[in-house]
Amino acid sequence: MSRTVGLKALGLAMLGVVALLVPVIAPDPATTNVAVFTMMYIGLATAWNIMGGYTGYISLGHAAFFGFGAYSFGLLLNHLGMAPGYGPFFLVPLAGVFAALLAVGIGWVALRTRAATFVIVTIAFMFMLQLLAENLVKVTGGGAGLSLPYPHDWGGDFFNTPYYYAMLALAVLALVVSWWIRRSKFGLGLLAIRDDEDKALAVGVPTRAFKLTAFMISAALVGMIGAVYGYYVTFIYPQFVIDPLIGISMVLMVFLGGLGTLSGPVLGALLLEPAQLQFAYHFGASRLYLVLYSAIFLVVILLMPRGIVPSVVDLWHRRRSGSAAGPTPPAHGAGNAIKAASP
Amino acid sequence: MSLLEISNLSKRFGGVVAVDSCSLSVPAGSVTGLIGPNGSGKTTVFNLVTGFLPRDGGDVRFKSRSIADLGPDRIYGLGIGRTFQLARIFPRLTALENMLVPVRRAGLRALLSHGQWGHEKARAMEMLEFMDISRVAGTLGGALSYGQRKLLELAAVMMARPELVLLDEPAGGVNPALLERIAQHIRQLNGQGVTFLLVEHNMNFVMNLCHQVVVLHQGRVIAAGSPAAVRENPAVLDAYLGA
Repeated sequence: MSRTVGLKALGLAMLGVVALLVPVIAPDPATTNVAVFTMMYIGLATAWNIMGGYTGYISLGHAAFFGFGAYSFGLLLNHLGMAPGYGPFFLVPLAGVFAALLAVGIGWVALRTRAATFVIVTIAFMFMLQLLAENLVKVTGGGAGLSLPYPHDWGGDFFNTPYYYAMLALAVLALVVSWWIRRSKFGLGLLAIRDDEDKALAVGVPTRAFKLTAFMISAALVGMIGAVYGYYVTFIYPQFVIDPLIGISMVLMVFLGGLGTLSGPVLGALLLEPAQLQFAYHFGASRLYLVLYSAIFLVVILLMPRGIVPSVVDLWHRRRSGSAAGPTPPAHGAGNAIKAASP
Repeated sequence: MSLLEISNLSKRFGGVVAVDSCSLSVPAGSVTGLIGPNGSGKTTVFNLVTGFLPRDGGDVRFKSRSIADLGPDRIYGLGIGRTFQLARIFPRLTALENMLVPVRRAGLRALLSHGQWGHEKARAMEMLEFMDISRVAGTLGGALSYGQRKLLELAAVMMARPELVLLDEPAGGVNPALLERIAQHIRQLNGQGVTFLLVEHNMNFVMNLCHQVVVLHQGRVIAAGSPAAVRENPAVLDAYLGA
């Protein structure tokens, strides 16, 4: 095992231990609430990156899958009459399946378009779903919302803990899936689509099937996270779960951390979500927090337009080589995978 | 025996007839040149054969099987590779990764293949060495020179061992030394059994390399035969000189 791989493994193990111990180290609900949302956005940004970062198809409508996951979970839970507690968490994968099925429908249409048109089509679908949730009153409860059972046994400091671990499990799942894809032939095909879709077709990449598969995987993960969110907040309103701000936040986090990288979305979420919650807490009444949030993003985009991770990696390489050469395009591909798989 | 048979192929763009009942055949094992003045429909024929454009009429048969309604990825899978007029490579992937994109990937196996490259990586390095660009294997495509991109594009197309390769202006924008290297590589690959159909404006390149030449003018085939016969054909001279 090389020194770098060893250091990486040690770093990951330490991060894992810290993540597992958060509710023990800081059990007060205010902190664990921030931890739940931070973990949620790590999962969301990582899941979004599988589609947006690897294929270059920027979806601003992923909140549709988040909301659809929350609604499917809530409706299932209410129809099955399941008692609140740990049991409902077993329904979360089903919400992922429903979100993936929705992604097949939306992707079938949206993935016939490219670039800006794709962005607009995804936004349109999200608003269509929001309108449906508001108007299908008999199914969703409409604007009055959908109420979910509340686990009364989980009182005090403990209440947030199960949700935190559920969000942590989904964030880890999203990271493992993203890492796996990035090192597979499928992943290399996605990166080829991002670089030049027509060329990818010309060398045998079944682009439509690959894009749809990535879209489904991404949507399934987002849908599952939406389900846990729904259970956490116990009340689902169309404008809060199919919320453009949720869709845009996950995209901003990926752009901030580094589009198409594995660690970029994690870093972006770790930086932005606690900051956003702090801003909302201190300046929420004046909505000034949204201005501050945007200002941070603008500064980073101006100084590091490719995101933090690629910029720092590039700087590190230039320092090591002592080269004065300009920045090179980031090698987001499966280069490491190829090295790792070398005989 | 014909490897590729194009019969009465037609394509219109609005009121413009780009390809007009074009018929030609590419014998197995040959290097066939497709020439013609600018706008004569050569690249459109390539796009129709490789599934990038839907045809308006006619048929394209590869090894006696119609491929006219198949998409580009399926056509590549059947054994027809192509390059583009301006060398197109994946700029944010390394040269080696560029070579690995065209490997055959089937359904779920592609998704489940976690870093399992094995012999494919060895073949990629072999092809890069064959093209004399193995030293840039770890360099990003976007950082390669135009000549290196041309060679990389040709090397990558060969990864899935296609039987027929369509080269769109392989000599375009390259210096004479590289031109000779490209010609040599094509001859060597042809010697190994690969059939080529190439579009080219450099007449010396075409006449020295091709076994047969087909001339296109205003979307129609106006001459076909050996390079020497085509060079002397009055219809060809008329088309080129505009007489």
